[in-house]
Amino acid sequence: MQWETVIGLEIHTQLATQSKIFSGSSTAFGNPPNTQASLIDLGMPGVLPVLNREAVRMAVRFGKAIGAHVAERSVFARKNYFYPDLPKGYQISQYELPVVGRGQVEIVLDDGVTKTVGVTRAHLEEDAGKSLHEDFHGMTGIDLNRAGTPLLEIVSEPDMRSAKEAVAYAKKIHQVVTYIGICDGNMQEGSFRMDANVSVRPKGQAEFGTRAELKNINSFRFLEKAINFEVERQIELIEDGGTVVQETRLYDSDKDETRSMRTKEEANDYRYFPDPDLLPLEIDAAFIADVVAAMPELPDARRARFQEQYGLSTYDADVLTASRALADYYEAAAAEGGDAKLVANWVMGELAAALNRDGVDIGDSPVAAAALGQLVGRIRDNTISGKIAKDVFAAMWAGEGDADAVIEAKGLKQITDTGAIEALVDAVLAANAEQVENYRNADPDKRPKMLGFFVGQIMKKSQGKANPQQVNELLRKRLDT
Amino acid sequence: MHDKTIAELSTALHAREVSSAELTRLMLQRIKTLDPALNSFVTLTEDQAIAQATAADARIAAGDAGPLTGVPIAHKDIFCTRDVRTSCGSRMLENFIAPYDATVVGRLEQAGAVMLGKTNMDEFAMGSSNETSYYGPVRNPWDTATVPGGSSGGSAAAVAARLCAAATGTDTGGSIRQPAALTGITGLKPTYGRCSRWGMIAFASSLDQAGPMTRSAEDAAIMLTAMAGFDERDSTCAQRPVDDYVGALRASIRGLRIGIVREFMGDGLDAGVAAAIEQALNEYKALGAELVEISLPNAGLSVPAYYVVAPAECSSNLARFDGVRYGHRCDDPKDLEDLYKRSRSEGFGAEVKRRIMIGTYALSAGYYDAYYLKAQKVRQLIADDFRRAFDQCDVIAGPTAPGTAFRIGDKADDPVSMYLQDIYTIAVNLAGLPGMSIPAPHSGGMPVGLQLIGNYFDEARLLNVAHQLQLATDWHQQVPAEFA
Repeated sequence: MQWETVIGLEIHTQLATQSKIFSGSSTAFGNPPNTQASLIDLGMPGVLPVLNREAVRMAVRFGKAIGAHVAERSVFARKNYFYPDLPKGYQISQYELPVVGRGQVEIVLDDGVTKTVGVTRAHLEEDAGKSLHEDFHGMTGIDLNRAGTPLLEIVSEPDMRSAKEAVAYAKKIHQVVTYIGICDGNMQEGSFRMDANVSVRPKGQAEFGTRAELKNINSFRFLEKAINFEVERQIELIEDGGTVVQETRLYDSDKDETRSMRTKEEANDYRYFPDPDLLPLEIDAAFIADVVAAMPELPDARRARFQEQYGLSTYDADVLTASRALADYYEAAAAEGGDAKLVANWVMGELAAALNRDGVDIGDSPVAAAALGQLVGRIRDNTISGKIAKDVFAAMWAGEGDADAVIEAKGLKQITDTGAIEALVDAVLAANAEQVENYRNADPDKRPKMLGFFVGQIMKKSQGKANPQQVNELLRKRLDT
Repeated sequence: MHDKTIAELSTALHAREVSSAELTRLMLQRIKTLDPALNSFVTLTEDQAIAQATAADARIAAGDAGPLTGVPIAHKDIFCTRDVRTSCGSRMLENFIAPYDATVVGRLEQAGAVMLGKTNMDEFAMGSSNETSYYGPVRNPWDTATVPGGSSGGSAAAVAARLCAAATGTDTGGSIRQPAALTGITGLKPTYGRCSRWGMIAFASSLDQAGPMTRSAEDAAIMLTAMAGFDERDSTCAQRPVDDYVGALRASIRGLRIGIVREFMGDGLDAGVAAAIEQALNEYKALGAELVEISLPNAGLSVPAYYVVAPAECSSNLARFDGVRYGHRCDDPKDLEDLYKRSRSEGFGAEVKRRIMIGTYALSAGYYDAYYLKAQKVRQLIADDFRRAFDQCDVIAGPTAPGTAFRIGDKADDPVSMYLQDIYTIAVNLAGLPGMSIPAPHSGGMPVGLQLIGNYFDEARLLNVAHQLQLATDWHQQVPAEFA
């Protein structure tokens, strides 16, 4: 039988506010346990929540970025369950009336086809704290620093039909939330966490199969592996005469498998009801207009502009707009370097390789955008060759100063003096009489390849500093006449 | 001196007839001598009281004093008080020292009031007799075999027995007004949102409201002036100016239209109480007010609606008492579930557990629409009833409670009969309106409360209407003999 996979994602994005969603505590990551837990975060008797306006602004920004309806009136509800890192015994979330309604994003599949994925809703809620099981000798420690951190939970339609599509959608949402500056997108620190609802059905069947929910996946690679494992598990199960049960499953990345956490019967009854401590959230047209006016350029628009303005290929524009930080870097470097195409090659080539090799984020690059632009400028004005530029870049990466300083300090300035180059060429030709003879006897169409030998010798002799174009011209003049 | 109202004490303090330190010591001494018979206080804050009184005396000497400066009061033990145990009448919080002050507590402190201690109450404010307190029942100063009402029974008994000039209370379904009625004092539940709920341990968040319990309407006006006002820490707190409550007291009530609720004067109302209410209403007529009959057709639904909404909210509000961060924790928990189960089983009393279970049930999947949602619709109907009623009258008057104080133990095993204590008060909370109870003539030697209900944020008028009756009568000046 042919099977079709159906996937919907719920993505929890941590909003990049300074303070928590219902208290004034800081949301900074990585501080000593419970140093960012106020009376409100601790769930002390008698405390009350007050909504953070900035979190609302960010939710609205997301809504407008995906063309969604922003609710004029939405309601915070309590989701009741007991857990030690949930101080109040309930999570404040949104249930029946979320702040962001239906929207959509476009993803590009491997075959280049564009697909639209629906976003059902996005709602504001608070994060829980953390239970720490190590270091406490059979006891559990509770860290409430994260408790109350604002989250925007983004729920998709069950529109994806493969793990690859799910990953493309997740990456798209990651791109949007980081572009519009509402989430730092840091997956290691848990700023972007994914749950996947996965089911299979015989191809052609209209009804969905029974789904399993895969919880708390924090990398795109794991998302793909978890879904693929789960799809295979479900198909095997059904083909062996079994039935899929509705349940929550956990992906174990060490074993590359999913396993059951709890079935539907064991699931909590969250007893949602409107939180009486908070008034309904009312958002007026002026608020939305302010958000729209301050909306940064969105990735799709930027990609199109890069092609138009800088003459980049679709592929290059795609790569360079993958993140807002990279796109910003590229534009700053291009403004300094002049030749947008050449700058693009440097950003995607030498810079990307170095970032990748050292595991550095673009935002922390030791070579700043302007410095890279300056380096490209030195290639364009013939101060150095493209080959020497790679050495200069390596020195800049190592912190030895900007392009001019490195060129100066290492004496890498290109030799463009015609007399000096003539001397180099003549010396090399004189030292390689046999090769000169071979060259002159060779077919004209084999000559260009043979010319490379002389160029290499001359560049070597000049320690790479001779202007390659002049070397080529002179060589041809000497050898071909 | 202990028999003086806030207004009278303020005059005496400013005239230096007495210092706040002397007055505070006197009241502390009275509590030590007389309260063992009542059990109205659960905590005395002696050292703090003396320090506050000394500071108040300095303010008075410096000419920087208001009407509450140096006046000894008490707080219901539901209000968080920094560095002082805040037990909420429960074993769960027997060891809980609040790390902060409730807004209402902070405002009264700023006004210079002296806190003598914390008063007893029904556990987590759930009860109408003060018998559900983990710290033992409170007794009514008028007859110590009877209850003082609840849940603010400790505050009511302490004010009635002249152990403090005034006290704070909270009212979710009648918890200020019913004990005020049963102990013969003045109690005001303001409009929902008039006083901040920050630091007030939540029972039912959409109904809870703090208010003053005093010996006169004038004192209630003075207290409310200090307690009320916007607080950015409470999103449900009203952002509107506080009226001049004291200034409004003197206005004539000639021509005032008083609505008499037909549904409140019939079956279920004790005959003696009905007669006392009649007498009070006749006095209003004598003062030039006009009585008009009104109807609240949906008022009969208020008790059942309340006993869905309040337990539902409480089941969620009390989830934080889990033995993890503060409060009671059972010995040697085997695992997490055992920790939750035993800490909560041991920490909460029977009535609290009953309401948590009712509320959990009402919010459960499949029942939510039939109970919680329906109850919220009833709330709207009741609010609409009141809106229509206020087209015909300026204030509403009637009984606060169906009878006078009952004997301790009489209703303890009959929750429904206990819940009916609040049959006349609950509708006011469901609608979010302000309500008051002021003394009417006694019935059978026991106090009777006249309830006055006002329109939203019309506390100034309520206080005015109450004060005018108190100028004309001495019902509010009766003192229980043993505490005179």
